[in-house]
Amino acid sequence: MTYTNRADGSQINQPTARAQTGAHSGKTQVNRLAGGQIDQQSSINFSFDGKQYQGHPGDTLASALLANNVRLMARSFKYHRPRGVLTSDSAEPNALVELRTGARQEPNTRATTAELFDGLVAKSQNRSPSLKYDFMAINDRFSNFLTAGFYYKTFMWPVSFWEKIYEPIIRKAAGLGSLSLEEDPDEYDKGFLHCDLLVVGGGPSGLSAALTAGRAGAQVILADEDYLFGGRLNGETFGIGEQSGQDWVAATVAELHSLPNVRCMSRTTVNGAYDHGIYSAVERVSDHLPVPPEGKPRQILWRIYSKRTLLCAGAIERPIAFENNDRPGIMLASAMRDYANRWAVTAAHKVAIFTNNDDGHRTAVDLIAKGVKVAAVIDTRADAPRIADCELLAGAQVIDTSGRLGLKFIKVRLADGSERSIECGALGVSGGWNPNVHMTCHQRGRPIWNEQISAFVPGEDSIPGMTVAGAANGDFSTAAALETGSAQAVAALGDLGIKTSKIDLPQAEDAPVNIQPFWHVRHGKGRAWLDQQNDVTVKDVKLAHQENYRSVEHLKRYTTLGMATDQGKTSNMGGLAIMAELTGQSIPETGTTIFRPPYSPVAMGTWGGRARGKDFHPVRETPSHKWALENGASFVEVGNWLRVQWFSQPGETHWRESVDREVRAVRASVGVCDVTTLGKIDIQGTDAAPFLNTVYANAFAKLAVGKTRYGLMLREDGNAMDDGTTARLSEHHFVMTTTTANAVEVYRHMEFVRQCLFPDMDVQLISTTEAWAQYAVAGPNSRKLLQKIVDPEFDLSNEGFEFMACREITVCGGLRARLFRISFSGELAYEIAVPTRYGDALFRRIMEAGKEFDVVAYGTEALGVMRIEKGHAAGNELNGTITALNLGMGRMVSKKKDSIGSTMSEREGMNLPDALNMVGFKPVNSADKVTAGGHLMTKGTPVDAEHDQGYVTSACYSPILNSSIGLGFLKDGANRMGEIVSLVSPVTNLNVDVEVVNPQFVDPEGVRVRA
Amino acid sequence: MIINHPLLGPRDAQEFTFLGSASLIDRPDWQAEDALEQFSDYTYLRNDTGGENRELWFHEAGDRSWLVVTRNTFTHEITNVEMASDVARARGRSK
Repeated sequence: MTYTNRADGSQINQPTARAQTGAHSGKTQVNRLAGGQIDQQSSINFSFDGKQYQGHPGDTLASALLANNVRLMARSFKYHRPRGVLTSDSAEPNALVELRTGARQEPNTRATTAELFDGLVAKSQNRSPSLKYDFMAINDRFSNFLTAGFYYKTFMWPVSFWEKIYEPIIRKAAGLGSLSLEEDPDEYDKGFLHCDLLVVGGGPSGLSAALTAGRAGAQVILADEDYLFGGRLNGETFGIGEQSGQDWVAATVAELHSLPNVRCMSRTTVNGAYDHGIYSAVERVSDHLPVPPEGKPRQILWRIYSKRTLLCAGAIERPIAFENNDRPGIMLASAMRDYANRWAVTAAHKVAIFTNNDDGHRTAVDLIAKGVKVAAVIDTRADAPRIADCELLAGAQVIDTSGRLGLKFIKVRLADGSERSIECGALGVSGGWNPNVHMTCHQRGRPIWNEQISAFVPGEDSIPGMTVAGAANGDFSTAAALETGSAQAVAALGDLGIKTSKIDLPQAEDAPVNIQPFWHVRHGKGRAWLDQQNDVTVKDVKLAHQENYRSVEHLKRYTTLGMATDQGKTSNMGGLAIMAELTGQSIPETGTTIFRPPYSPVAMGTWGGRARGKDFHPVRETPSHKWALENGASFVEVGNWLRVQWFSQPGETHWRESVDREVRAVRASVGVCDVTTLGKIDIQGTDAAPFLNTVYANAFAKLAVGKTRYGLMLREDGNAMDDGTTARLSEHHFVMTTTTANAVEVYRHMEFVRQCLFPDMDVQLISTTEAWAQYAVAGPNSRKLLQKIVDPEFDLSNEGFEFMACREITVCGGLRARLFRISFSGELAYEIAVPTRYGDALFRRIMEAGKEFDVVAYGTEALGVMRIEKGHAAGNELNGTITALNLGMGRMVSKKKDSIGSTMSEREGMNLPDALNMVGFKPVNSADKVTAGGHLMTKGTPVDAEHDQGYVTSACYSPILNSSIGLGFLKDGANRMGEIVSLVSPVTNLNVDVEVVNPQFVDPEGVRVRA
Repeated sequence: MIINHPLLGPRDAQEFTFLGSASLIDRPDWQAEDALEQFSDYTYLRNDTGGENRELWFHEAGDRSWLVVTRNTFTHEITNVEMASDVARARGRSK
């Protein structure tokens, strides 16, 4: 058969290849070979850039595209150079594509790891209008200007150009793929796993280790990023014992699956090594399917707790840099071998190999066996061995290539210095192998140079509890991988007290490493690529050196070498080897940059898991929530709580109408507000009173049983921490309330005082915030209303239950409840609490009983207006820099006792004569507004920080005073009543005159609360 | 990280909140002659040394114990975990 339109442009008759071609491949898959771990009996359809293709189950997008003779898959980031695959795995720098459409569109996915499914839609990225004709490829012509440091040097001036001109252009050019901007319809999960031994990587060493540990009965997790276990065995033709490599893998995996103590996780990338044996892993549950199965997540982020970990992550082949080494068709020799052996694909029917080590020759051997013509093996070593049955060019180097959208010719400089052009559609390059040390460096471990294999291997004890086996440790042969995997598993289990011995190891390939280090070809002035994803060349490294960015960390930042999504898996080593050459240091002296998690990119959705949308954080609903929903409530988030902000009644069109109505109704008759969210702490014990004396600045020891007191809590530095009321229900039983915002912190602080400072006080604390539903019932008719709720044996008269009284009572015919006569609004008011499960019923009962008084439910806005009218400090005032003195409570801080913060609050700087005092403000012109956040200036002084007199913390419109009012802090404010000061905000051009007034706008004598 | 709670065994550090140096246990005597100076030091001064540190952790999502955790800040190795109340008693905070 004659192949047309072939990658290498040739038209040759190749009956052997024809004979081996799968029966169902049809004419489109011109590069499909026979065999492979794919199902050639069935075909699946997919599209790339709108064109329809066919592949087989078991293909990746990359292998299927190559089978269809598509070598050009992407454009590079900076220069928009045409690019194809470099690898066959997750290290891929080039072939990043967009998968799927609509809301599931996913950018920057490696074609080399994307499993093919029927109907897959893939698109290339970073090109316009098409891969073949890309306008931005003009950048390539200007590459002399776009070298390393270009951005740093060019966009420095003029300064004003940055925001308006440079940044928008750069933003437009930056990035590769695009987002759908639609919500991801899939779910992502998080999960937790525990094991004795975590085996990272399911190649020969990992399988051998898992089998050893599994047979010993240990709890084992075996994780591999690939969808097939086997690692390199899938891409090689090695036998193991009497079996083929793939059969041995299948038998081993079958046995592992039969062991209930072993969990085999394919499509699972272990991404990071964290402290104390904790590892993160991403399982791609449904990425290989068009849509996740019902009830299944797309991906799971696992947190794995392991007692021991064995890293069997294999090795990554490294390329050699030479001029124009980035053309589609040029790839790692191992990738070429993987495509042929595992996926039965060749990128072209005439290929060549460029290597500095024996392993590269294997590719030639395997491809020849598959019927692919190998034009030559070019080996940099003068004494290169003849291994494959094809032409060997020893002591030769590839010095240049040609082919605009794909490789057509390579130019070779032979040992004698003469040059020769060789026609080929693909070139396999092998510069040796780097053990995959990535994860051993996650806790700042440093790899060490191994001269024998010319590569870095993991340092000793890089991560506590982790050992390394197989190629990841520099033991490259299959026999060594099997041996070390089993041996390290035995050792790891031994640490855990599980005695076992190595498995019987089958015969396997045991070739020695034979390599002569060779990093880049010295020839000409063209560009030789190191980091293909970030378009970093050998020249860029030289420039970095010339400009003195010589440490590897500087080199990385200056050139962006290794900073792309592949983190330089195939490029870092080359870059630092060249820097070593330039500085005259050895490679180990030059060192590596630090590897950090995650090992491979993780989708944002996976990090987020289920915590998105309404599940972003838990929601706490108050006991009256249902009633509020039925009655026009608008809610506000207060931490996790949903509180009612106001209730809209029919006809009300603006929130202020609702709030003003609620305030007027409370002050005129009665209103109810759900205050359950305030923190409640139950305090019991014979030392409960002295304990409260310690945590509160004011005295509590002598508080009478049946009484409630306002308490101010300071931090040890003397600033106010929180305030609230505490009721003494009996001699040794108190109930404290805290602000909603500080409930958690106050409880934590009190436990600190109890356990760390006074460990032998007899006092116990428990948070009862969610145990009691609590409602404020406020207004002149609140007593009358509550008399209809509280059981009649309890006297609610002013004499029988005076201001600040508290009592355990019953309501509604015997339900236990607590009643406090406390007031935040300044009106006659109570707070009534019942066990939470009765909260909804009580709220409805109160609203029903209150009808005759026109009772209203009110929200946090009305609550806020009334407390500002009454001059009560709240969260806005307790801002962390405010002392008791500032609040006008300086005298409350008892000097007769030790309390938290009392000593430090005596500091000179906190007691200056012009200290801030909390005061009230009213606009001089009633049309003006008091604005919270504005600063205060003495009239006629310059508006600057030096003359600052204080600031406004809270402001609102008072429907009672028909004016805007505010609270705030003013220097020596207590002595400046009646003064007119300027309220300014230079940011918003605010400048109004306000009068300093008593912060208690309403009922300053406190008559109403005692009514 | 994993904190080996003296009562509950190994627990994930996510269950805890961190406060700071265990020196906060040594709160000065308010009636001392130089109480203000002592409190200033107690509140603001810390030895900022890398390596082994004694720290206060609160088992907030657990049993609400305050713990003194001896942790190497270079390696995150935890070598000792004690109940803060026991440490406080040992440092003379019983009354």
